[in-house]
Amino acid sequence: MYEFLKTLDRRWVFLLMFLAVATPILLKVTFPEKPSAMVMDVFQAIEGLPEGSKVLMAWDFDPASRGELEPMASAFTRHCAEKKLKMYYMALWPLAVPMIQDSIRILEREYPHLEYGRDYMNLGYKPGNEGVIKVVITNIRKLYTTDHYGTGVETIPMMSGVTSVQAMDLIINVSAGDPGTKQWVQYVATPFNKRMVAGATGVQAPQLYPYIPAQLVGILGAIKAAAEYEQAVIDGYPHLAKIATAKEGLRRMGPQLVGHVLVVLLVILANVIYFIGRRRGDTR
Amino acid sequence: MNNRANAAWAIIFVIAAIFLGWRIATGNFGRIYVERQQVTVHAEDGSVAASWETHTKVPPRDHLGEGVSLSIPRTIGLWAGAILTLCIFSFLYGDNPFYKTAESIVVGASAAYLMVIGFWTQIIPNLIGNIVPDWTRTWATPGLDPEAKADYVYLLPLLLSIMLLWRLAPVGGWISRWPLAFFIGATAGFRLIGFMEADFVAQIRATIIPIWVRNPAGGVDIWASIGALTMIVGVISCLIYFFFSLEHKGLVGKTARLGIWFLMITFGAGFGYTVMGRIALLSQRLEFLFYEWLWLDSPTADAVSGAASLIMPGLGA
Repeated sequence: MYEFLKTLDRRWVFLLMFLAVATPILLKVTFPEKPSAMVMDVFQAIEGLPEGSKVLMAWDFDPASRGELEPMASAFTRHCAEKKLKMYYMALWPLAVPMIQDSIRILEREYPHLEYGRDYMNLGYKPGNEGVIKVVITNIRKLYTTDHYGTGVETIPMMSGVTSVQAMDLIINVSAGDPGTKQWVQYVATPFNKRMVAGATGVQAPQLYPYIPAQLVGILGAIKAAAEYEQAVIDGYPHLAKIATAKEGLRRMGPQLVGHVLVVLLVILANVIYFIGRRRGDTR
Repeated sequence: MNNRANAAWAIIFVIAAIFLGWRIATGNFGRIYVERQQVTVHAEDGSVAASWETHTKVPPRDHLGEGVSLSIPRTIGLWAGAILTLCIFSFLYGDNPFYKTAESIVVGASAAYLMVIGFWTQIIPNLIGNIVPDWTRTWATPGLDPEAKADYVYLLPLLLSIMLLWRLAPVGGWISRWPLAFFIGATAGFRLIGFMEADFVAQIRATIIPIWVRNPAGGVDIWASIGALTMIVGVISCLIYFFFSLEHKGLVGKTARLGIWFLMITFGAGFGYTVMGRIALLSQRLEFLFYEWLWLDSPTADAVSGAASLIMPGLGA
């Protein structure tokens, strides 16, 4: 057995992981989630805004991290729509444009009373990374002469009086890397003291925690926080519980649990094999 | 791999192939159905200003509904997505031509997309649109501000762009170094300010906190105090670990060792988060394959029918 496990082909581990993730998906196994204090800070930052407040929705992620971040982006969109906030979508990643369109489709389908140009708008993507942030914080119209669809921003009602990102009451950033939350903190939240919440990938989240609470109100770190935030939004607006797509993060916690148990077992097993080998003097 | 392992993998692939073959022969799957809706916008005088048809994707279980029809382009996209996903997954078994093909398609499509979107969102409205706004409005961006005047300052970035592209010319490649030097200098300048303000000064400020945290009742908040103390000790010990002007022995050595522990715990937390992220991505791709492509869904989202649809896939359709 020792020899078999020591020389185990890694492809068997991949197969085990496939089964560990696929089985809960097919069996639709879900677990209850209780929002943590950090998630509730993010929830309250939006919940506490008065109706009609302006919120910048900066979506800086692409299809490669969609599985992790889309549940957060959708939950933020639904929460802002429920609160009747004015949503300004923009992106610093070229492939984030379809992600914004996914969020806008939620608004079109589930909130048909909201109107493009009055309640939400898509500023689209601009190349230039943090250079874009540096410009829009002082003059948004210098870069955004039109929205994503080519409509002049001066003809869009909700752009009336908005000359820069400083006009926003809250910045929500969903980010998978650079440019993303770090740059928004560096060039907007810190120097201009703007309130900001973020949703980040698991890889990125540990680097962003030091910004809390002075520079960031809170972070949703990875799919676990996304599931908790979805639960918080559903607790606040119970009619959302009927919408299957409003529970994407919650649904993905079943595979998480089984997958993590498998990783823990494999780590323990690998250590046991290592120590047995060391006792036997096996240095291979 | 030995022969027994090869035989086991062959059996697994044959089972997967039989399942797919059976699914193709027996069930509805791998199709996207849409609901068509006519949208009409009326002008102020009541006449029709514009009219178009929207196609909204419906879940597989609703594909027999009224007004729902098969979407050929989206179905082709679905199959392309599913096949490319499987091609990428095949890398887990070993490097192979399917993986290489899928990888090349992703790189090529991303580069082309980036070029097109960069052209239409930056070069046209922000460069050409500022230099010759009236002309740009006539053929590219009708929504551009009708009162916009030509701003010839934008000739400077145009000149820098041309100089940057000069490196493609057979002679005078050195010309591209000038705009490059400008971009590097400007980027370094404003990145330095960002880091100094947000990652240096603000982080020092965030570390200067009371160790004994008081609760609203006036007593000591034990957990908040432990948290504050842990943070301060962690910051100091990690800084000492990276301080090499003093030999790491005695008190300094012990503190640096504590710093290593803090760093290891941080790396462990980072690894845990990474595992969580990767599993989330895998589960999203499997959801796509199972639900959107293979239609292994069930009318009710409960465990029993979910399992039943796995055994009898037609149930979900």
